[in-house]
Amino acid sequence: MPWNRKHLLTIEDLSRNEINQVLATAGAFRAILDRKVKKVPALRGKTVVNLFLEPSTRTRMSFEMAAKLLSADTIAFDAAASSTTKGETLRDTAQNIQALNADMIVLRHAASGSPLYLSQRLGIPVVNAGDGAHEHPTQALLDVFTMQQKLGSVKGRKVVILGDILFSRVARSNIHALTKLGADVTIVGPSTLVPHWFEAMGVRVSHNLRTALADADVVMLLRIQHERQAAGHFPSVGEYTSMFGLNQTRAAWLKPDAIIMHPGPINRGVEIDSALADSSRSVILQQVTNGIAVRMAVLYLCAGGQPEHVTAPIE
Amino acid sequence: MSILWISNGRVIDPASRRDARGDVFAVEGKFVRSLSAAQKKQAHKIDATGLVVCPGLVDIHVHFREPGQTHKETILTGSQAAAAGGFTTVVCMPNTSPPADHPGTIQLINAAAAKAAIRVYPTGCISVGMKGAQLAPHGSLKNAGVVALTDDGLCIQSNELMHRAVEYARMFDLPVLDHCQDESMTQGAVMNEGAVSTRLGLRGWPHAAEDVIVARNIILSAYSGAHIHMQHISSAMSVELIRRAKKDGIRVSGEGTPHHISFTDDALGTYDTNFKMNPPLRTAADRRAIIAGLRDGTLDCIGTDHAPHSPDDKDREFDYAPNGIIGLETALPVCLDILVRKNRFKLPHVIDLMTRRGAALLKLPAGTLAAGANADICLFNPDEVWTYEADKGFSKSRNSPWSGRKMTGRVKATIVGGRVVFDSEKMV
Repeated sequence: MPWNRKHLLTIEDLSRNEINQVLATAGAFRAILDRKVKKVPALRGKTVVNLFLEPSTRTRMSFEMAAKLLSADTIAFDAAASSTTKGETLRDTAQNIQALNADMIVLRHAASGSPLYLSQRLGIPVVNAGDGAHEHPTQALLDVFTMQQKLGSVKGRKVVILGDILFSRVARSNIHALTKLGADVTIVGPSTLVPHWFEAMGVRVSHNLRTALADADVVMLLRIQHERQAAGHFPSVGEYTSMFGLNQTRAAWLKPDAIIMHPGPINRGVEIDSALADSSRSVILQQVTNGIAVRMAVLYLCAGGQPEHVTAPIE
Repeated sequence: MSILWISNGRVIDPASRRDARGDVFAVEGKFVRSLSAAQKKQAHKIDATGLVVCPGLVDIHVHFREPGQTHKETILTGSQAAAAGGFTTVVCMPNTSPPADHPGTIQLINAAAAKAAIRVYPTGCISVGMKGAQLAPHGSLKNAGVVALTDDGLCIQSNELMHRAVEYARMFDLPVLDHCQDESMTQGAVMNEGAVSTRLGLRGWPHAAEDVIVARNIILSAYSGAHIHMQHISSAMSVELIRRAKKDGIRVSGEGTPHHISFTDDALGTYDTNFKMNPPLRTAADRRAIIAGLRDGTLDCIGTDHAPHSPDDKDREFDYAPNGIIGLETALPVCLDILVRKNRFKLPHVIDLMTRRGAALLKLPAGTLAAGANADICLFNPDEVWTYEADKGFSKSRNSPWSGRKMTGRVKATIVGGRVVFDSEKMV
C-alpha cells in the first residue's frame, strides 16, 4: 500500500500499517547513518523550516540533522527574535513561511492541536514535533523503533511508562503506537499525574511501582517537572523520588533483559538513578541516534517519498 | 391607531394555559381580548395558518459587547440576531469594556438599547470591575435600570463577598446571577476534564469546580434568603444539587443552554474553537441530566449565553481562542429538535422555558399573550426545514457550532409592542 499522508500530526491518526511503513523506512535510513558518507539526495532542493515555538534541544537538532542528511536546506526559526514577539499569530507566521517558498514545516508548539490547525490552513506538509500535552509522534516512532531493535516485535511485550503522564505528549503518542502494535502498556506514577481517564486509551493505570515493574520488558521514564509541585500535583521532588524514582533495587524487579528508556531531558537522581541512566540497560542515547533515522523517514514520506523506494534498493 | 390581528395560528401561551387554533389581537402595542368590527377593518392582518403564535422569546443571558467590543457585536446587531431568532426580550451581561459597574455605563447601554430592534435590559456588575473584591453600587445601578446583578464569567471567588453581595442586593430586590466556577480548580482549563481532554492533551475543567460553587450558592441563599440564579448549568451533579435545594424551599434557580443539551465534549475532537465555551461541553450523562432538569423544573429556563467573537478572535490555537458561541438565531430550532422531537417535551413546555419562566425570574414584563401585556410575539413554522449559515445571519460574529447544519423549525416573524420587526428573513 503506498504512503499517502502529507502531514504527520498524530500517531492516533495512523494505522498499524502506516506505523510499520515509517519504521521500515526508518530502518533503511538508520543503515545510512552507519556509513562513512551519510548524506542522501532524497530532499535535494527542498527547504524545511523548523518552526519551534517552545524550547527544545534534542528534537530540534534531530530534525535539523535529519533534513540535512536528506540534502534539504533548513531554516531554524528563532521564536525569541521573531515577529511572534510582536504578536504575529501562528497562522500569519506560518503563511509567511509558506510564502517564502518553504516546502515543509516542522512545528513545535505549546498549544495542543496546533499542528492540525496549521495543516488545515497551509498547502505544505506539517510535521508535528510536539504539541502541548497532546502528541509527539516522531518521539513515539523512535521509541518503538528502538524497542524493536532491542527486543524484536513489541507485540505482547510489557511496556511500563512511568512518571508525569498527565502532561506528557510523549506518553500519549507512545500509548497510541504501542497499543496499535499489540504491546501491553501500563502507566504508573502518582494518582495526580496518572489519572484513571487514561484507561479509555487502552492502557492499565497503576500507582503501585512494584507490581507495575514486575516482568516488564521496557520501562520508559518521563521527566518530572518541578513546576508541578507548586500546582499541587505532588508534595516534593524528594517524595517523588522516594516513591517512584527508578533505582537499582527497583530496576531489579524488571525482566533481566529489560531496557530503560527516557525521551530526555533527564533529571539525574530524580526520576532515574544516575548510574542506571548510564548502565548497559539504558538505551537513552540510542534513542537519540535512532531519532534521526525516524525523522528522516517522516520528512521523506511527507515530502512524497514512498517506503519501497528506500527499503528495497538498499541491499 | 396601531391595530394588529394575527389569525388562524396555533396560539400557545403557557402563562394562560392556552394552546388552540385561534387569533391574537393587539391595540397600541398591548394585547387585547378581541377587536370590534370597526377595529378589524383597520387592523394590520397577518395570516398565521400553519404557524405557531407564541409570546416573543425571552433570553436572560446574552452578551452584546457594547460598549467596548463592538467589532464583535453591538446592541443593534445583537438585537437583530435576537429578533431573527424570535426573541423580543433579552438581558445583557455586564462584561463589557468598561464593565457595567457604574450607572453612567448603564445609561450608555440604555441609550443604545432604545434604538435596538427588541427590548434589551442591562445587568450590572456585582463587584467593581468584576474583580471580585469590592461591591459595585447596586442601588445606583438599580436606579439606572439594571434588572439583575452578575459578574458573569468571573464568578465571585470569595464566599464572604458573595454573602455580602446577595445580602445587599436583596434590599433592592435584585436577583444575583452566578456563573458557577471555582477558579482555583480550573487554572488554564479549556474543556471538560475527562477521557476526551486526556486524549486531546487539553487542560481539563472538572465539573466539581461548578458543583462546589453551586453548593456554596445554595448555602448562601438558604442563609440569607436571597435569590441566586445559577447560569448555564453544565454538570449533572449541579442539577441534582439544585433539585434538592428547591425541594428544601431554597430560593435558587437555574438555566440550561441549547449547546449543553445538544453536544458533549466528544465534539472537540478536531479542536474546533466553535465548540469552546465556558462552562465547557461535558459528557452524555451531564447532557441528559440538564434535559431532565429542564423537564422537571429543576432548571427554570433556557438561556443562550449568546457570546459573539469575531472570526479573527476565534481563528487561533484552541488554548488561545476565547470562550463562547453565538446562539440567538438557532436557539428555537435547536430546542425544538432536542427537547420536543428527541426528548418528547410538549411544545408549550419548551415555549414556557423560552418565554415566561426567564421573564418571571427577573420580573420582566414579557412572556405572555395575556390581555394588557406587551404585544411581543414570535411566529414560527415548526416544520420548516432550512440550513443555518452563520455568515448569513444577523449577528456581527459567526462563531456558531451549528453553522451549515440543517434546522427544523423557523421563525417567520417577530413582533415587538405590536410592531413587526422581523419578517420573512428580513429586518423591518
